[in-house]
Amino acid sequence: MDDVKCIIRTSNSKPGPGDAGRTGSWRVERPVIDHQKCTPAKRQKSSCYLCWLYCPDGVISKELEPKIDLEYCKGCGICAQECPTGAIEMVEESSLIEEEKRSHAKN
Amino acid sequence: MQRIESGNVAAALGVMLAKTQVVAAYPITPQTPLTEKLSELIENGDLAAEYITVESEHSALAVCIGAASAGARAFTATSANGLLYMSEQVHWAAGARLPLVMCVVNRGVGAPWTVWNDHQDSISQRDAGWIQIYVNDHQEIIDTVIKAFRLAEAVSIPVMVCYDGYYLSHTYMPFDVPDEDKVDAFLPAFSYKHTLDPEHPENLNTVTMPFARADRDGVIQPGYMDIRHNLHQELRQALPIFEQIDSDYQAIFGRGGSPILSRYQCDGADYIVVAMGSLSNRIKDIVDELNGEGLKIGVLSVHLYRPFPQEQIIAALRDVKGAIVIEKALSYGNQGALFGDIKAVLYPCAQRPFIHSYIIGLGGREIKKADLYDAIKASCTASETFEDTSRWIGLNR
Amino acid sequence: MNQQVTNPVHLTAEEFMHPGNRACSGCGLSVLYRIGLKALGRDSIFVVPPSCLTVMQGLYPIAATQIPSLNVTFASTAAAASGVRAALKVRNREHIKVVAWAGDGGTSDIGIQSLSAAIERGEDFLYICYDNEAYMNTGVQRSGTTPRGTITTNTPIKGKIQRNKDLPTIIAAHHPTYVATCSAAYPLDFYNKIIKAISYKGLKYIHIHTPCPSGWGMEERMSITVGKMAVSAGLFDLYEVENGKKTLSGPSAKLLKREKLPRVADYFKTQSRFRALSEEQIAEIQVEIDAKWAGYRQEQE
Repeated sequence: MDDVKCIIRTSNSKPGPGDAGRTGSWRVERPVIDHQKCTPAKRQKSSCYLCWLYCPDGVISKELEPKIDLEYCKGCGICAQECPTGAIEMVEESSLIEEEKRSHAKN
Repeated sequence: MQRIESGNVAAALGVMLAKTQVVAAYPITPQTPLTEKLSELIENGDLAAEYITVESEHSALAVCIGAASAGARAFTATSANGLLYMSEQVHWAAGARLPLVMCVVNRGVGAPWTVWNDHQDSISQRDAGWIQIYVNDHQEIIDTVIKAFRLAEAVSIPVMVCYDGYYLSHTYMPFDVPDEDKVDAFLPAFSYKHTLDPEHPENLNTVTMPFARADRDGVIQPGYMDIRHNLHQELRQALPIFEQIDSDYQAIFGRGGSPILSRYQCDGADYIVVAMGSLSNRIKDIVDELNGEGLKIGVLSVHLYRPFPQEQIIAALRDVKGAIVIEKALSYGNQGALFGDIKAVLYPCAQRPFIHSYIIGLGGREIKKADLYDAIKASCTASETFEDTSRWIGLNR
Repeated sequence: MNQQVTNPVHLTAEEFMHPGNRACSGCGLSVLYRIGLKALGRDSIFVVPPSCLTVMQGLYPIAATQIPSLNVTFASTAAAASGVRAALKVRNREHIKVVAWAGDGGTSDIGIQSLSAAIERGEDFLYICYDNEAYMNTGVQRSGTTPRGTITTNTPIKGKIQRNKDLPTIIAAHHPTYVATCSAAYPLDFYNKIIKAISYKGLKYIHIHTPCPSGWGMEERMSITVGKMAVSAGLFDLYEVENGKKTLSGPSAKLLKREKLPRVADYFKTQSRFRALSEEQIAEIQVEIDAKWAGYRQEQE
């Protein structure tokens, strides 16, 4: 009898990705990792991981061959800037998108 | 148990009996003895609560907001400029749907400074979305504070219990202090739905869009306007819930029955004087005298002011010849606050009384018996039509 | 309870925030928040006033943070955190960490009163001030920590005339349990200081220099590099204050061995917000920095 029949409405958010949508669409440039130069990839041993550490969005995986989640990578380039072996290059999205379109058309 | 104490102490005892868990308050006249009593009750172990001696009223309500959000029963009290200082938080607590209880020891607002009683402080917050209850004596103070916690927690809307500074806060009256066991039976332990909990993490009160928007599971959730609409709807629904709570209280403690409005000599009355707070009781004496002279006047004391008891006011006033609203607050540039609310609900009625508005006692201006007598008699016996505006009593004295 | 780490290899891969949030690309706050959460863990409750973090943590109904968080009004962060702590105490849940995260505006300006009082009361929580040196969330208006000469939207032509408040020193004068300064460019140092701080009772304050590409006028990729330059130039120092004693940390302590620090002018050149600084002003700042470091070296002896 004392309980209000409606649901109490407050703005209480539940955790989940993509609050800003697919932030990968923000990119103008995309990081590309050369696993020949990347320290953990080359040594096949857990090491360095500075790109993983400094990534503001946590979209680089902490594994021997780090991978980037392009769904959410904003293309800031911090990883490329900080990589001590220069293993990461920022490549223009537009050129890669064209290439992806072409290969998609072929298939 | 009967005790003779001040209104402030009555409030403090109510807070203690409600087993409040967190108290945060900043001293301001005439609230200070309430907080001092709470400090004493906590330090001597009568109340097991955390008392946070904050540095401002804005922080006082902030502490309560934090505490209630983290699952504790919380209380604060203030007056006048202190209430205005925490105004941002007052709106916040309502929108956040927190079951807080706050005593407002009514005092006039600056500028210029006044420490004396009127209702402008709490009236200025009437639109914020809190439940507002005005009480008339010390028994009502202690009983209403206890009921307020149960009401707030039932509807997840904060409650303001307002009582007159000095007239009630500092005077002494005998009243019954309810038994602790009976209060425990009446008021269950605090449990609130959106408690901050690492087991079920949520982000509370964040920026909310103008439009409805899908959550992480793709389910559409409300926008800001919907959340606010919900507050308004549930605030209005608090009225029957308060009636039920009062009824439960009456069954246990033998007191109550008029939680929304109190009526005095209203049956068969031609005219009804409407007031809030301790002034209501003073008016009863005047009305007795006038009724002795042959008039038929009743007194209607409004307790539940927000949500505004539309149906109850209409039922009480629709059939009388005249309603005389005497109050200690106004909407500046317009008219008396309660007056405007009453007029608005009576507007659609085919049959309605004349309504006269009087402003009295601002900044503690002395309210003389003659003031009340003359004003009420004038309204009841007037041959001419009163202007549709508020008349101020007791100016330049 | 986590251990301190010196190598990212030993840092947990578990994430406590979600990507796809509204932080700017290259946001310094995003780096420090992400790593800071690894130090704090899930048994935490956050209190957040209006700030970049409010937006980054998500708009209703999606939360980018995985930690229960309470959004509060601008001036009330420390008071609300005090209330949260009080509730946890009465409910016997004191193992839950209470952490306030506020920006420089919310700490040095509108929030300083409630923070000052919370320290004076000996409240038990961690207060983290991320200092990007202006009101960034509302579009780069000047704050109490905005350095002298900085271009902001309130100081758009001449740059800020006044010097900034030395907030960590002000807080340290309250004698809280622990005060530390950090930089988003040194996230492991921040991580370690959090680990240390949360092992103490009482009020712990961490002030973290937070590069902001949007507000500082630099490329997004430069956030860490520029942050490090501020430290190497001896402009922003990393230290801890415990029991009245101030100790330089890691990257700053190393500078004591150097006779001449990199010129602060080079740091200023990296950001367009410093374009109004004159040669004279920069020279004055260099003199101040040199004097400060001469003082540090003297204390060492």
